[in-house]
Amino acid sequence: MTMISEEHKKEKLGFEETELRLGLPGGGGIINGDLVKNTNANGKRGYTQTVDLKLNLALKETEKGENLQKEKNLISCSNDSVKPSPKAQVVGWPPVRSFRKNIVAVQKSSSEEGGGGATTFVKVSMDGAPYLRKVDLNMYKSYQDLYGALGKMFSSFTMGKCDSQGVMDFMNESKLMDLLNGSDFVPTYEDKDGDWMLVGDVPWEMFVGSCKRLRIMKGTEAIGLAPRAMEKCKNRS
Amino acid sequence: MAYSFPEEVLEYVFAFLSSDKDRNAVSLVCKSWYEIERWCRRRVFIGNCYAVSPQIVIRRFPEVRAVKIKGKPHFADFNLVPERWGAYVYPWISAMARSYPWLEEIKLKRMVVTDESLELISKSFKNFKVLMLSSCEGFTTDGLSSIAANCRNLRELDLRESDVEDLSGHWLSHFPDNFTSLVSLNMSCLGSEVSFSALERLVSRCPNLKTLRLNRAVPVEKLASLLRRAPQLVEFGTGAYSTEIRTDIFSNLVGAFSGCKHLKSLSGFWDVVPAYLPAMYCVCSRITSLNLSYATVQSPDLVELISQCPNLKCLWVLDYIEDAGLKALSSYCKDLQELRVFPSDPYSAEPNVSLTEQGLVTVSAGCPKLQSVLYFCRQMSNAALVAIARNRPNLIRFRLCIIEPQAPDYLTLEPLDTGFGAIVEHCKELRRLSLSGLLTDRVFEYIGTHAKKLEMLSIAFAGDSDLGLHYVLSGCESLRKLEIRDCPFGDKALLANAAKLETMRSLWMSSCSVSYGACKLLGQKMPNLNVEVIDERGPPDSRPKTCPVEKLYVYRTVAGPRADKPDFVWTMDEDGALRLS
Repeated sequence: MTMISEEHKKEKLGFEETELRLGLPGGGGIINGDLVKNTNANGKRGYTQTVDLKLNLALKETEKGENLQKEKNLISCSNDSVKPSPKAQVVGWPPVRSFRKNIVAVQKSSSEEGGGGATTFVKVSMDGAPYLRKVDLNMYKSYQDLYGALGKMFSSFTMGKCDSQGVMDFMNESKLMDLLNGSDFVPTYEDKDGDWMLVGDVPWEMFVGSCKRLRIMKGTEAIGLAPRAMEKCKNRS
Repeated sequence: MAYSFPEEVLEYVFAFLSSDKDRNAVSLVCKSWYEIERWCRRRVFIGNCYAVSPQIVIRRFPEVRAVKIKGKPHFADFNLVPERWGAYVYPWISAMARSYPWLEEIKLKRMVVTDESLELISKSFKNFKVLMLSSCEGFTTDGLSSIAANCRNLRELDLRESDVEDLSGHWLSHFPDNFTSLVSLNMSCLGSEVSFSALERLVSRCPNLKTLRLNRAVPVEKLASLLRRAPQLVEFGTGAYSTEIRTDIFSNLVGAFSGCKHLKSLSGFWDVVPAYLPAMYCVCSRITSLNLSYATVQSPDLVELISQCPNLKCLWVLDYIEDAGLKALSSYCKDLQELRVFPSDPYSAEPNVSLTEQGLVTVSAGCPKLQSVLYFCRQMSNAALVAIARNRPNLIRFRLCIIEPQAPDYLTLEPLDTGFGAIVEHCKELRRLSLSGLLTDRVFEYIGTHAKKLEMLSIAFAGDSDLGLHYVLSGCESLRKLEIRDCPFGDKALLANAAKLETMRSLWMSSCSVSYGACKLLGQKMPNLNVEVIDERGPPDSRPKTCPVEKLYVYRTVAGPRADKPDFVWTMDEDGALRLS
């Protein structure tokens, strides 16, 4: 307690008269464990009023506590008045709402991975389907997620009976996934360089950043792709 | 002296009193006025849901038509309040369902709202008109389906900044075909795609629709169709623009916007491609409010847009605007009243944009009506703050966030005490202040001395000792809300100013030096306060009394300790015993 008045004498704040040990020049504080009402009739508060308040109870305990802490190191009282290291990750700082946090993160990741302003909506074509669809790749977290969504999208479209190229039945997503995983259909994508690549080689985030459009190719069409792609395809089924 | 004034006349007169302050004053005149007033009060504002109970409110005001209730403390916005802390709205809804069958409006902020609550709302109030859920959480889009399906007279559905579990976009399709009363719809916080045709039909059949804030999932090519169906719109929020510019979409948009002669407010703009911005130029001259805080667009493009908005009163923007953009703002927008500049990259150590204190100084000099500021930046000086204070003594809200905690004046390396001191000294009407940067106890001395109208103060990583807190609690006469984190404030100032806490709505202190013992003492001696110790390390009794508590939330209440506390909250009780939930 006396530490404070000494500090302030040092800093010459001009509060020598106040002798503020704890308390307030006006009442309404807790003194000796009791609530003291404001005794000053006109309610005026001024720093020149000197009220020597001593919270004996708290004082004793503080002294005790300090000794305890010096002797033993077992208490996890880490929140004492130590200014936090500015470089540490601080919860809730800077005070930005969570829905504002991801704005640049998304932009950053797409530019870092070479998307550079590229959209996340990409066209999806499937060989034999009468129209294209569009998907937002940012809505998915993995290739499996994407396949599931594509399966749902194209499941409403049936090709009817089998042809010589193999069964093209889009009735349910698991069939489509089988098809995608099998050798009849090959999921491919056009990357930012304009090359047609096999889906699944690179980590998901990298794929999202570089994919410009998707094409689910018929197996036979895929022969035109690099032989390595076909190898991969066969190895997966 | 007894007047025999007919009650009906008094009631008629009281109906002209809209402010709570006036009505509260009236109710203190005499018992008869108290009685008359309480029967005709139609709007109730509850600033802290735990300050009073639903039963007490209903008992006093039996004929309420509109309630506004706030729950969690403000620092909950920054994840400082643990999950499950409280602020459940269900008990309120359940009580009001029984007692206020004619309730029309419910506005909630930072409360936990369940689907069950939403369903109960939708079925209990036949004339329900307005639902506003601001920064709320706990509900899913299923709850919205109930509201859409059952509230036949709904006018406003505003979900601003709420955290909704988005199961699907189907909820929108639950508005019946004969539902035509919608005036305002804000679904900007939702993720899922709604059925576009359902949205189109809804917009078409609601001729009074004035506010439409779409969510990200509505693509830019669909906007024109909606605008054409609602040319009477006053406030419009776009969806995401994530597509390359296409001339047909662009010209369609231009045409659609040009039909909107009443648009005053624009928002949305996620992923906006700069080439699309000119589509809005035709409405810019009437625009008074612009929320570009999701627009990741560079300064020159922002300036192009802003320079067309001479009537702009409110601008929310990312720091991409940079000092140069703010300079342009200050020369084009002389009517500007509110500016918020958000950080595009708050977590990087290095600045990614050229936005400094200079931008804010320039705006303060050039915009004479500027009264409300929220500004994130990476450097500040006392000189700049003094200039801002001198330029703009009419400031009402000043919230400055220097991103690095305890950053000093970058020119002199001194604390920013003088700068903020100038702010409180010159801006005599200041009601809200948020501090940042390197600050000693001196800044609190200035605040306590000058900030007599200050109602809300936010402090972080500041001060040297209890004296700082003491200056604020003893000097700020109008203080209602005080929130503090990571400051070396402890027991002495808190206990010495215990009575002050009863004149305030609430006090939040986290990562400070308030001991458990002091909290107990405060709770014992102040029966009209709930002293909540929030500590996730386990019962405070298991640690020495001198051990500082993690978080402390003190608020005045007439409802006593709350019964819905989670296992990491303890209310310091009158009899000194630990009261667990």
